[in-house]
Amino acid sequence: MNSLEELYQELILEHNRYPRNFGVIENPTHKARGLNPLCGDEINLYLVVEDGTIKDIKFQGQGCAISKASASMMTEIVKGKTVEEALDLYKKFHDMVTADFTQEVDTDKLGPVAVFSGVRAFPARVKCASLAWHALEAALTGKEEYSE
Amino acid sequence: MGIEQLVFDVEKVRQEFPILNTKVRGNKRLVYFDNAATTQRPRRVIETVKEFYERYNSNVHRGAHWLSDLATKMYEDARKTVKEFLNARSEREIVFVRGTTEGINLIATSFSRGLLKEGDEIIVTEMEHHSNIVPWQLVAQQTGAKLKVIPINDRGELVLEKLKDLITERTKLISVVHVSNSLGTINPVKEIIELAHQAGIPVVVDGAQAVAHIPVDVQALDCDFYVFSGHKIYGPTGIGVVYGKEKWLDKMPPYQGGGDMIKEVTFEKTTYNELPYKFEAGTPNIAGAIGLAEALKWFKQFDINAVHEHENELVKYATELLKQIGGIRIIGEANNKTAVVSFIADGVHPHDIGTGLDMEGVAIRTGHHCTQPVMCHFGIMATARASFAIYNTKEEVEIFVSALKKVLKFFRQ
Repeated sequence: MNSLEELYQELILEHNRYPRNFGVIENPTHKARGLNPLCGDEINLYLVVEDGTIKDIKFQGQGCAISKASASMMTEIVKGKTVEEALDLYKKFHDMVTADFTQEVDTDKLGPVAVFSGVRAFPARVKCASLAWHALEAALTGKEEYSE
Repeated sequence: MGIEQLVFDVEKVRQEFPILNTKVRGNKRLVYFDNAATTQRPRRVIETVKEFYERYNSNVHRGAHWLSDLATKMYEDARKTVKEFLNARSEREIVFVRGTTEGINLIATSFSRGLLKEGDEIIVTEMEHHSNIVPWQLVAQQTGAKLKVIPINDRGELVLEKLKDLITERTKLISVVHVSNSLGTINPVKEIIELAHQAGIPVVVDGAQAVAHIPVDVQALDCDFYVFSGHKIYGPTGIGVVYGKEKWLDKMPPYQGGGDMIKEVTFEKTTYNELPYKFEAGTPNIAGAIGLAEALKWFKQFDINAVHEHENELVKYATELLKQIGGIRIIGEANNKTAVVSFIADGVHPHDIGTGLDMEGVAIRTGHHCTQPVMCHFGIMATARASFAIYNTKEEVEIFVSALKKVLKFFRQ
């Protein structure tokens, strides 16, 4: 993978420019702060979980195009899912971005977020893509802070 | 400057660095602008290390055989080369360590054992690398000493007037970076040292980013300690140097205990070896020291002022071209700077710039550069940093800038 267009696919650029679910939820049932001290990226994640289902989710923070787009797309895909389903997606996403680049990866169920499978070729950028997902896992399992 | 020619030919210098011919990211020409992280090594250094392992490898100071004598002589000759490079008074003042970080940890740890008490004060600056902050925080926690900080201004220069206010009778040591790794600022260390010495305070100078770019003479500076890493001056990784005045090294207890740093060991009492061996416990990085000496000999062929001038031209040229691009802010605009251009771009995160440039074969560094207080001062999380060395050219600066324009266009579209 040797071009920007391959890594930063149109979908990623679009979410970077117009992040979905960007903002704060005043009274979240769950929240977490994700930090990547190496590059200074930061994400604050807020969730409303009712009857085991993610009713609402929003994020705020600053980061690179990959971390912002990943956060935006993560919030879209987990909204309306049960906590169990969301944690399963977290695991699938994590497995996808940490797999060896030469391997085929299972992007089943990941839908549009499979677009991030390309970061495997850029070890220094894997954490950018997974920061929001780690924050999600932290929030849903009762840890309020996640640091790379 | 018109008629004055540089005393070195950049194209010739480039030929001595095999890695500069490496192709990256699908057959692209490598433009290596990450020299503040680590420089590349000339063939001579690589060959010297290889030759040592192939022909002379042995342990030093203790073998009863021909090879060990030879390795010992090569290792001690390397110390002599370092001594001459820094213009130290004697080899006793030259301690080999793993690098600048270990060097500062050595000084901080040993100095704190006996020479620091509760309520004492250590002064550093706001532009220090974390490796000149954290070791002092650690000893401050252990001894109850306090850390005080010389602030910087918005050009990235030290506000030296504040130093007079910071020095008190409890100030026991000042540790300051010679050249900032994230801003490129050259600090007026001689002035700081003069001021400190008027109050009898020793000064540590972190020379990691200085030795390959500006002249360094420890006697002219009159610093009490000077620390640098081999790999930032065209030598191997894992080798560095602590220069220390004998009067301080004598007063300080050893950093680590072990072999080579002792004269005699019984369970009742151990007598330490003389300088500099008191501070060199365990088998040292012998090949590293020999490789470093070769790098210093190689580097000394060139007039350091010409090297500085060449790198300054690159800094000026890059800064000028960057400023022509819209929405770029240079971080670090000291009047006296060298070899580093740090910047941020509106609407595009430094990480994305780094990845984008990498796709074009241009290697830079992005992030906080282990200087988070500097980032905090400028209200940013990270910068993109291009850093230059002796083998870089104006043509490479042009490749870098045109690649950057392409990257910014891609993200700003």
